[in-house]
Amino acid sequence: MLDRAARSFLLSELVSGMALTLRYFFTPKATISYPNEKSPISPRFKGEHALRRYPNGEERCIACKLCEAVCPAQAITIEAEPREDGSRRTTRYDIDMTKCIYCGLCEEACPVDAIVEGPNLEFATETREELMYDKERLLSNGDRWEAEIAKRLEMDAPYR
Amino acid sequence: MPKLTIDGQTIEVPPGSTVLQACEAAGREIPVFCYHPRLNIAGNCRMCLVELEKSPKPIASCAMPAADGMVIHTDTPVVHKARRGVLELLLINHPLDCPICDQGGECDLQDLTLFYGPDHSRFAENKRPVADKDLGPLISTHMTRCIHCTRCIRFLNEVAGVEELGACARGEHMEITTWIEAALTSELQGNIIDLCPVGALNSKPYEYRARTWELKKTESVDVLDALGCNIRVDSRGNEVMRVLPRLNEAINEEWISDKTRFAYDGLRRRRLDVPMVKRDGKLREASWSEALRAAAERLAGTGPERVAAVVGDLADLESMLLLKELMAALGSPHLDCRQDGAKLGIGPRASWLFNPTIAGIEQADVCLLVGCDPRSEAPVLNARLRKRWRQGGFRVGRIGPPRDLTYPVEELGAGPQTLQEVVGGGIAFAQALRDARAPLVVVGSGAVARPDGAAVLALAASLPVQREAWNGFAVLHRAASRVGGLELGILPGPGGRDVAGILHGVEAGEIEVVYLLGADEIEASRLRGAFVIYQGHHGDRGAAAADIVLPGAAYTEKHATYVNTEGRPQRGKLAVFPPGEAKEDWRILRALHDALGLRSDVATLGDVRARIATLAPHLARIDEVTPANWEPLADAGAVDRAPFGYPFDDFYRTDSISRASAVMAECSRLARERRASEATGTHG
Repeated sequence: MLDRAARSFLLSELVSGMALTLRYFFTPKATISYPNEKSPISPRFKGEHALRRYPNGEERCIACKLCEAVCPAQAITIEAEPREDGSRRTTRYDIDMTKCIYCGLCEEACPVDAIVEGPNLEFATETREELMYDKERLLSNGDRWEAEIAKRLEMDAPYR
Repeated sequence: MPKLTIDGQTIEVPPGSTVLQACEAAGREIPVFCYHPRLNIAGNCRMCLVELEKSPKPIASCAMPAADGMVIHTDTPVVHKARRGVLELLLINHPLDCPICDQGGECDLQDLTLFYGPDHSRFAENKRPVADKDLGPLISTHMTRCIHCTRCIRFLNEVAGVEELGACARGEHMEITTWIEAALTSELQGNIIDLCPVGALNSKPYEYRARTWELKKTESVDVLDALGCNIRVDSRGNEVMRVLPRLNEAINEEWISDKTRFAYDGLRRRRLDVPMVKRDGKLREASWSEALRAAAERLAGTGPERVAAVVGDLADLESMLLLKELMAALGSPHLDCRQDGAKLGIGPRASWLFNPTIAGIEQADVCLLVGCDPRSEAPVLNARLRKRWRQGGFRVGRIGPPRDLTYPVEELGAGPQTLQEVVGGGIAFAQALRDARAPLVVVGSGAVARPDGAAVLALAASLPVQREAWNGFAVLHRAASRVGGLELGILPGPGGRDVAGILHGVEAGEIEVVYLLGADEIEASRLRGAFVIYQGHHGDRGAAAADIVLPGAAYTEKHATYVNTEGRPQRGKLAVFPPGEAKEDWRILRALHDALGLRSDVATLGDVRARIATLAPHLARIDEVTPANWEPLADAGAVDRAPFGYPFDDFYRTDSISRASAVMAECSRLARERRASEATGTHG
């Protein structure tokens, strides 16, 4: 009875609350100043898709269509025919980024590490049409992000 | 009958069976690569090893005759180890390029490795390189994938009858090759693509264009010859990607000809996809209602005796019936389905059918070909004749110009007078025909498509080929629509003109309007004087002469019934939709009925079929041959002395679909070059 009266008169709850506030005032902040600052992402992060090339500039994709077959959202559309040199290549490789659920199964299915989900998550657009990616767009993504993608694959390799 | 014990189950099998067949009869699945039930036994893949008690090592079950008292085990550690070992050895030199292989998804090696094979490779050395072979425009090769089952060699040697593939060298160095590099010449070569258990032999036109799992599979019937081979149409989106055979022991076993298999690219080219009406001397696009109205005005505004209709080679039963009803409603007797002018359809039903049936060829012991080249008119039927010849005791005689049929043929003569001699019993072959247990006379469509055709037919029908429960008289048609047309009576009515009469009538100005239902094999230039309404799917000869074009559907684009040369009705199914504004043919004719203000009580395809069933009940019994009663034909006058001709020289380009096909054009070019070089003796 006395204890309770003392606590309410000395405002101890208020003080402990303020103390907590004061403690968090000095701890490092979780919020960051995006886009000036960015949080670190895992090498397995599944971001924007990219089609990779071999170091000699040859596109990796061989039009096996396994990614198209495995895609649970049916976001991938591929058409293929023999290229002039007789190799199997895509004539069309489209991903509907609005359908994509970023599960990464395409990446898992790819036998030649051609389609990957890269680290980029900043590809918001103003129109829906811009999210219908074609082969050209995907290959240019690959060219732009190749250094990072290669490093991520290397880091993840021991766990595969 | 040998009695075996297979995995504890006792089973009796017919004498001459192999252990593999006994195992299959007992419900055990034995994995195989080289074994094929329709080819000779090779026993070289070793995949079918099973354990035989009291045998020191596993036996190749496909090559081991089943004997009384054998005790077989198919599910023991020894068998599993043997299968794993065989697969590991096969995979040593196999490139494992499944992602780019067209066989991926339907590959025996993939499937069997999954079920029985090792999960990893212990082979770290380099794989064997093998140069790809050029086998022509139809088959692409990836010889590193070859596992040397030799099915392709055996097929070409045994079934197709051209010894063009062989194996060179042995062991590690063995290669399947053509010896002298040249395209294969067989018209059945496409079948080795299906036979190849791996991706070594693939279809060149289909190469890399689709994967098996994304194709919609539609079971249908082929119309590019009169056999009605059973096919499976694989399509993706609204495009036919490939055509494969479907098993039907009574017709095509599991083979189809190259035209059936590869002419599908013609379905994409030169299509009529929008109605057209001629204005100012030029065909211009029009709407359906405009085109139908224009056609109806012309048909109604012309006297019925000045209207004629010709049915083409690819027409289906339903549209033929509606055209017949249309002509009857207009009151015109000028209707014909025999574009080639064959003198068929006058006598009893048995006079235009392949009475002994295609499967019945295997019972025959003597065969006479009258003006008939089965190799170009119906290659699959020729394979059946060759199969019968390979079984031994089969004599084949021919009346007509010599052509290679892949089996020995006695050349009796070239023209109808030889047929008269055979009928008269003047030559030795006549005696053989009389003595035969099951004689067969195959009359080609070329032999009756001549002015004295009726006489030739009557002469051939008078040959002594009737036995108890055997009618050996056979007419080999070459158009898918012909038997159906004859059965429905798509023939000139009383006072009506046949195709030749219609053409004459046009030239004489007595016929003003001609309705062509896909008729492309007539001399369209002779139709210039008439107003031509063309209903069909390709911009071919008929459409070139047309004043109104009504775009129809090709055989992959409609539900339709076709009657093959035996008189067997079969249903084709819609695999893809007709292009553009084209419609199913029966719908066009139904709409024309309406445009003409005629009463028609058919509203659905089912109604049309019900009408067919009442008119000709046997045409409603799908997949069944209704035998025709034999009646001798009336004598039809004297025969000409002119030798028989064959309906076509160019097997690859015989109808509007194959003429539009680039693949068939290339095959045809190669065949022409080959013939030219053989004629000059500069080959080889």
